[in-house]
Amino acid sequence: MSSPMLDVRALNKVYAGRGDPVEAIADLSFQVSDGELVCVVGPSGAGKTTLLRCLAGLLPATSGDVALAGEPVTGPPQGMAVVLQEYGRSLFPWMTVAQNVELPLKEKGVARGERSRLVGEALEAVGLADVGRSYPWQLSGGMQQRVAIARAAAYEPQVLLMDEPFAAVDAQTRFELEDLVRALWKGLGVTVVFVTHDIDEAIYLGERVLVLSARPTVLLEDVRVDLGAERDQLETRGAPEFARLRTHVYELVQQAKLGVRSLADARLTHAG
Amino acid sequence: MTAAQATAPATAQAATRQATPRRTAWGVVRSVLYAVGLPLVLLAAWWVATADSESPFNPPLSEILATFGPTWFSGDSFADTRFVQDVLPSLGRLLVGYAIALVLGIGLGVLIGAVRPLRELAEPVLEFFRAIPPPVMVPVLMLFLGVGTSMRVFVIATGALWPILLNTVEGVRGLDPVLKDTARAFRFGRWGRVRRLMLPGASPQIVTGARQALSIAIILMVISEMFAARDGLGFSVVQFQRSFAVPEMWSGVIMLGLLGVLLSFVFRVATAAVLAWYHGYLRSQRGGA
Ligand SMILES: Nc1ncnc2c1ncn2[C@@H]1O[C@H](COP(=O)(O)OP(=O)(O)OP(=O)(O)O)[C@@H](O)[C@H]1O
Ligand SMILES: [Mg+2]
Repeated sequence: MSSPMLDVRALNKVYAGRGDPVEAIADLSFQVSDGELVCVVGPSGAGKTTLLRCLAGLLPATSGDVALAGEPVTGPPQGMAVVLQEYGRSLFPWMTVAQNVELPLKEKGVARGERSRLVGEALEAVGLADVGRSYPWQLSGGMQQRVAIARAAAYEPQVLLMDEPFAAVDAQTRFELEDLVRALWKGLGVTVVFVTHDIDEAIYLGERVLVLSARPTVLLEDVRVDLGAERDQLETRGAPEFARLRTHVYELVQQAKLGVRSLADARLTHAG
Repeated sequence: MTAAQATAPATAQAATRQATPRRTAWGVVRSVLYAVGLPLVLLAAWWVATADSESPFNPPLSEILATFGPTWFSGDSFADTRFVQDVLPSLGRLLVGYAIALVLGIGLGVLIGAVRPLRELAEPVLEFFRAIPPPVMVPVLMLFLGVGTSMRVFVIATGALWPILLNTVEGVRGLDPVLKDTARAFRFGRWGRVRRLMLPGASPQIVTGARQALSIAIILMVISEMFAARDGLGFSVVQFQRSFAVPEMWSGVIMLGLLGVLLSFVFRVATAAVLAWYHGYLRSQRGGA
């Protein structure tokens, strides 16, 4: 395998604000190779958002290194797009949907004709071709979420980071958006890191699932997901392998909540 | 992207909410009636109350209105009228002073709002200056700048600056951190952040500050002309008063009122487009269309 797209080594993050310092991430090391789709799960408050912000260059690490395509990440790197947890607030309310999708392309210096092609394609892909001229606040939560995804997709990133993007949408929309992410991932050949607290979602989407411990975070297990390249909401979720992985990851997360900090200490009753 | 298109959810248009309530002809008539209704009532009351007035200081409104035209629009040529000789210079100083205040206020406001150490340094000083009533600066500035046009423009500019500056600072500081992170993650340049994030994001507060500043600028325009002036609307009113030309003095007050109404109308038209999104946004936040 060639050098990884994302390389995280001994990452440690301590929030040193007012009051006591909070160690969010104790020690994390993992790699994501080019074109992989990796999901990150862990208990609430485990430091998933913190990890993602460190990967995105939005938050400096306290110690350790993050590298993107061999280059150390010190600020938001080129070729990376982020869908933040608060997607609704991440859309510029003074711009239309199409302008929101176009804006990062303008800042990137993409020529006008190319821009409108990319915007059109991205909105088409998320099923919002007909609301380009609406404002984000005229849309439902699920639609706003798709705008945020379209904006990231139109940017044509090498790496796409997503933080619990579907936490606030209804189950039906959620399934549609999950398939959309898989489709975009395949269509664009992009490397994806997808943070979620939903175990089923992580297994359904990912080629790998990174299970994090509670804060201060370490990696409990790097779970390989062998469910094939084609996923189907009914078939995949009904497969025995899916059920096995689901049980395993569920138990790990439960153990993580109880404070277990290594796979060796985890008491897994349903050994698969 | 074909794979993605196949799975695209197709609920889009149905969920779009109506952006703006439709304006009917009756709605327009009603808003015009609302706008001019109260002024008409007040004028009528003034007219009736002063109709038989014998007081030299409180002449009938009919007499004031009769002197309005001759006072402001008579002369050997149009260039000789008081309108051109006094009102336009006032207006010119007002607009220049106001424009300076806008440029400085927004520019400094963005800078101070965006750079935290600068803000912490500047904030107490700004509060101090804001607390000083601007008219008190007129005699002070006269010492430094004399009594010419530059003093008057300067008075207007420095008085109008504070509401614009402080509101801009507030607006930039209050930007949603999620929007700031978004701009950073997509690698907006410095100028891109100012132009595409801070200015539009702070525009509601900037407009609020600019509106306050406009009233202050008009007041200062008049006051600055009451000290050692040779022309101007404020100067004219004082001159009429000193020569007991009472109806003319009142007509000056009316001229000033009309000017204020005109300016605030222009202001509203000019800012309506800037804030169109904001009104819709607020309405959607309150959970109704
Ligand atoms: N700015 C901050 N200052 C201090 N502590 C913080 C800050 N941001 C997060 N933390 C702490 O770091 C820990 C991890 O937070 P983080 O937001 O990364 O968790 P998370 O896994 O994303 O949680 P969730 O699943 O609820 O989104 C939490 O204990 C939180 O209180
Ligand atoms: Mg989070």
